[in-house]
Amino acid sequence: MNEPELSLASLKPIPAPNPDTAPYWAALREHRLTIQKCTNCGKLRHYPRPMCDACYCMEHVWSDASGHGTVYSWTETHHAFNPGFKAEVPYVLVTVDLIEGVRLNVQLRDASAHVLEIGQAVIVGFEALSPELTVPVVRLA
Amino acid sequence: MSMHASTAITGIGETRYSKNSRKSVIELYLQASMAAIEDAGLSPRDIDGIIPYSNSPVVAEDLVTNFGIPDLKFSATTPLGGASPVAALQCAVAVVSAGLCRNVLVPLGRNGSSGGRIGARVQEMPQFKLIGEFEMPLGAIAPAQLYAPMATRHMQLYGTTSLQFAEVAVSTRANAIAHGNAMMSKPMTVEDHQASRMISDPLRLFDCSLESDGAAAFVLSRADEASNLRHAPVTVLGVAEGHPDSPSAITQRPDLTKLGLAKAAPRAFAMAGVTPADIDVAEIYDCFTYTVIAQLEALGFCKVGEGGPFIEGGTIRLGGKLPVNTHGGLLSQAHMAGMNHIVELVRQLRGDGGATQVAGAEVGLVTGYGDMGDGSVAILARGAA
Repeated sequence: MNEPELSLASLKPIPAPNPDTAPYWAALREHRLTIQKCTNCGKLRHYPRPMCDACYCMEHVWSDASGHGTVYSWTETHHAFNPGFKAEVPYVLVTVDLIEGVRLNVQLRDASAHVLEIGQAVIVGFEALSPELTVPVVRLA
Repeated sequence: MSMHASTAITGIGETRYSKNSRKSVIELYLQASMAAIEDAGLSPRDIDGIIPYSNSPVVAEDLVTNFGIPDLKFSATTPLGGASPVAALQCAVAVVSAGLCRNVLVPLGRNGSSGGRIGARVQEMPQFKLIGEFEMPLGAIAPAQLYAPMATRHMQLYGTTSLQFAEVAVSTRANAIAHGNAMMSKPMTVEDHQASRMISDPLRLFDCSLESDGAAAFVLSRADEASNLRHAPVTVLGVAEGHPDSPSAITQRPDLTKLGLAKAAPRAFAMAGVTPADIDVAEIYDCFTYTVIAQLEALGFCKVGEGGPFIEGGTIRLGGKLPVNTHGGLLSQAHMAGMNHIVELVRQLRGDGGATQVAGAEVGLVTGYGDMGDGSVAILARGAA
């Protein structure tokens, strides 16, 4: 990567984890996708948040996701709304229903948008953007 | 008298809309507010409630100071993004009906073009905090990218087409040109729409709304106040807001095609005592062409999935069964977060619609749409209740 690209990529928004969300990002750095699970009733929830909407319990454990899911919808983005993504357009964002019942919105790798169909099987992978930040991506299963 | 029949919009005002106002946001607010207050035949000192736009540097205190308002009795904001102005109308109806205020000013102004771009602006909105942490770092940054999967899903499930999106864009542009106070003045064809560059598939440039500088405002008054004012009042028959399930992030809604508006619409129609068949003109929040189609379904003008075919054949054009966005909307007039839609509906129901007047418009509808799927809707009628 040359220097201009490096400096543009550094303009990407970066997460600012809080106590509710830091364990999620920490697990991604270890290539684990985790989901909050209610200690009381067992309901899974995502994105990370303090309370279970089924039983109002505020205790949870982090459960490893299988990484398997299906395509719910998608878009291929051609315009870089942030200069940090200028070198990447066009890229495909897929909304994925994990088999655990929660949803992700992540980039597609190694396939084009033209082959996507609702319900298609995908599997989660991991990409390190920096020593601090690893993000989930998906590939066709 | 029922609560909802006791209030009316008595004044409307707006600035010219442009890419660069060369004015401060507070100056824009004051210009539109003064126009609305004068249009109502009131003085700024008659205003006793203010609901400014939530996503704005201007607060009620700025308006109190500039107008020298002696005794402001109520202020609030309704932070629902683009659903805010119609939700603010609901809030104003509630406080006037409760006897807290007689004349509530609801203004909105922005330098939405010259003051910074949408991709940066939404990052500062608290509604976007989960998207900000979990999706923006992955490249899902701007509303176009977050609405596109809704449109993709609708197209895949129901066969909705980009040509149907084009009908919304082309019809709205024609209205903007005829209306006069609009940023866009160049005619648009279906071919122009199809040739416009792809932003986030399936949304092309001409599926996206404008970024604009300007301001718009209205005054909501007690019905007995309204009988002495400059124009015939426009009565609020029904108003409601609705929030979708899991509105914390767009992509987290269990069904992306289901909107908060679907919960609000039956309440507003029941309150008004009318049905979709009674609506003569509709100003529908059009942040994207697709959202017009989705809202027509949520409002019950057609069944879910049939919005695409519904708008074909001139249905939403002037002279059609349901003229939509007679001012040119957010797509071609200006992005005033839907405050311009309320102003336009009042103008239509007064019979002051000029070149885009819908003949004999007696009852009309206006919606707001917030990014997380929040919806708001008001049904207004010409004359006193």
